[in-house]
Amino acid sequence: MKIKSLSYKVLGTLLALPLIPTLVYAFEMDTAVRKNYNGLTPQAHWDEVWHEVMLDLIVIGVIYFAVALFFMIRYKRTGHDQVGKSPKLTGQAMIGWVVIPCMLFLGDDLFLYVKAFDLHNQMRNVPAHAQTIKVTASMWNWNYDYGNGVDTDMELRVPVGKPVIFRMTSDDVVHSHYVDGYHVTEDVMPGRVTWEWIMPVKLGESVITCREYCGANHSKMYGKLIVMKQADYDAWMTEALADAKAESAHRVASAAIGKVTASKINEGQEG
Amino acid sequence: MSGFMGHEPNGRPGWPKTAREWLFTVDHKVIGVWYLIGSLASFAVAGLAATLMRIELGSVGPDITSDGNIYNLWLTMHGAVMILGFQIPALLGFVANYAVPIMVGAKDMAFPRVNAFSVWLLWSGILIALANLVIPDHFNGMWTGYPPYSTSDAAGNTALYTMVVVVLGMSSVFGAVNLACTVAFMRCKGMGWFQMPLTVWTVFTANIIQLIFVPVLAASVILLSLDKYLGFGFYNPETGGDVLLYQNLFWFYSHPAVYVILLPFMGIMFEIFSVSAKNMVFSYKSAVYAILAFIPAGGDVWVHHAFVAGLPDWLRVLMSFTTLLISLPFGLLMLSLVGTLYKGAIRYSGPMMWALGAWMILIFGALTGIPNALSAIDYGISDSYVIMSHFHYVMAVSGSMATFAGIFYWFPKLTGRICNETMTKLSAIGFFIGMNTVMGPLYFAGIAGMPRRYMDYQQFADNAVIVGAQHWSTIGLYITFLSVLLMVVTWIHGMLKGEKSSQNPWGSQSLEWTSTALIAGQGNFPTPVEVAEDWHPYRYIDNPKPTFQPAPASAGH
Repeated sequence: MKIKSLSYKVLGTLLALPLIPTLVYAFEMDTAVRKNYNGLTPQAHWDEVWHEVMLDLIVIGVIYFAVALFFMIRYKRTGHDQVGKSPKLTGQAMIGWVVIPCMLFLGDDLFLYVKAFDLHNQMRNVPAHAQTIKVTASMWNWNYDYGNGVDTDMELRVPVGKPVIFRMTSDDVVHSHYVDGYHVTEDVMPGRVTWEWIMPVKLGESVITCREYCGANHSKMYGKLIVMKQADYDAWMTEALADAKAESAHRVASAAIGKVTASKINEGQEG
Repeated sequence: MSGFMGHEPNGRPGWPKTAREWLFTVDHKVIGVWYLIGSLASFAVAGLAATLMRIELGSVGPDITSDGNIYNLWLTMHGAVMILGFQIPALLGFVANYAVPIMVGAKDMAFPRVNAFSVWLLWSGILIALANLVIPDHFNGMWTGYPPYSTSDAAGNTALYTMVVVVLGMSSVFGAVNLACTVAFMRCKGMGWFQMPLTVWTVFTANIIQLIFVPVLAASVILLSLDKYLGFGFYNPETGGDVLLYQNLFWFYSHPAVYVILLPFMGIMFEIFSVSAKNMVFSYKSAVYAILAFIPAGGDVWVHHAFVAGLPDWLRVLMSFTTLLISLPFGLLMLSLVGTLYKGAIRYSGPMMWALGAWMILIFGALTGIPNALSAIDYGISDSYVIMSHFHYVMAVSGSMATFAGIFYWFPKLTGRICNETMTKLSAIGFFIGMNTVMGPLYFAGIAGMPRRYMDYQQFADNAVIVGAQHWSTIGLYITFLSVLLMVVTWIHGMLKGEKSSQNPWGSQSLEWTSTALIAGQGNFPTPVEVAEDWHPYRYIDNPKPTFQPAPASAGH
């Protein structure tokens, strides 16, 4: 009786083993390091966690496959009347075969979860100096409003090295804003404002696509993100601002003309 | 009672002889066959839709259509018909109706007439769904039917979508009540809960999940039609509704629905693994508890479908953890599966090849699920080919391979004949290679950024990974197509010219093989069957033989 209860205690202690690496990872790192996430950008951090997860899955998969393959070859039926001879499990063995595998799975889950939790914190905490871009989705267009009277369709220009936050809403149905290479997706829907942020550090273009089914031209709802040098960006913005001013002036003028015409027509009808 | 009422034993084995008996039957076996025919017809339609889409996606630019509406019709039909018309009816219809009552030693389902009603509803649902192919304003809002798109005019006939889901849902709920009662109250004398085959356990649990969650799905789609046609505005933000309400309601059912499909097909795998290895299922009791654990564990994970849908961050992190917890019961089932081979005497029969293929694919599918469960990783791969490839592996490919394994396994009981073994194995290998070629490359396309539900990928035309993956995937489809044709030929050949089967060709210990005629007649067992206390469906050494009570039990059931 004593030996049995002792063995349960030993078993119980063993169970905690898989949790140790996770707990160490969770508590050992000090807050300062954590705030900086080892200096990684969110996309580099994502890549790191992704590779970690893939490695983890490959190890589990290979072990499982190897054991299964061994059984499949080793225990092939040879005689006609041969039957399997698996040992009958005792009550204690059965509990062990439930609890130990479960703790191993749980240990692995927690190990991955803690890393993903860290990544989640980075991806869902926006740096204070981020530039805000208002995104309005419609069937089938992305509209980017820079907040100073300039807006573009299907094309977004940002300066390199400055975090950008998208505040997004939709005019019609649910869309989803995905920026290739930055590993960010967030649904865009009417009646709510959702957000995501990116940290552009590399010059060049990346594809922006819609990732939530939105009808016949869902696959054509794509644009591009252009990351520019600050000087190029400023030059472009100055030009765009001038264009926007001219256009709004034109719009005011044409609206005025429209009013005049409309009132003339009305007069004509009345007459 | 007249002949076609068919659930009181009449001592005559074999199928009913007249069309009238086939049509107006209340016999669970005939109803099971009707489910099988319906589900295979659905598989054909939805499979053809997949074929068309795959050909269209073979290269950049339009291949066979440039009309988004037509492509989206195929896409909608493929998803909806495969899940609601093929997988659920094949597993919870055919397997549940045909095999389960005999496996528990019952003479029929608990409510034979309700059972007939279920299959009539299924056929009505399938016919309404097929009408979508011919009506002018076909519904193209995807099988998920997210508002506000599905409540807009662009989506087509939303009422038809609601109707199909509600009719098939009613069929499921009636079937679920029926089967749960059959398993709970109609087991033969002596059969305890822990003496049931795992197929019975899995189908029973899947039906409990259906009973709990299907009403939520029905509510969510009924609200869609109320919104669209009567202007209620549950999902309309302009009138104070919320589009996210639908996604929550919908996935509250539709994620557990994955386990409704997963559990029965794992049950078939257990059956075939155990019979082929002539071995007791490893840690049978823990497998049973793991199966039951899917009910609570599957019920609190739905938010992982909406990690990027603007839900609060704390909920994403929380549900990320509850989603990972699924790995515990699932891991135990996989452990029991591989443990069943340990010290076994494995015979690689035709059904075993299909089951092995299903099981290998299930490993891929299960492991690729883990990244999707981590909310932060999901921000990069949500709604891409990564998730598409994952759920096709775990649910579609593994599920259909296990379902076909089951059809080959019970084929002798359906027809009295055995399918040609070489042809069976060839089709299994072809399907395995073909589907891996379809879905494997697409996983990498997903990592490279390819979103799902696209009819074209012009924006990725210079991305070699995506273009190459799409190309190989289409080649894989042709391999799959040929192997499915071979499988159908194998069935027809087996039905007409196959070798006559012995009473128990696989050497099973389960009641449907040991205690009733090969093609069981009305009432299954001439007199009620009875098993001993130490009888077990997976015991191959010194298993006491089932006995029969001398006289039929009192009339009625």
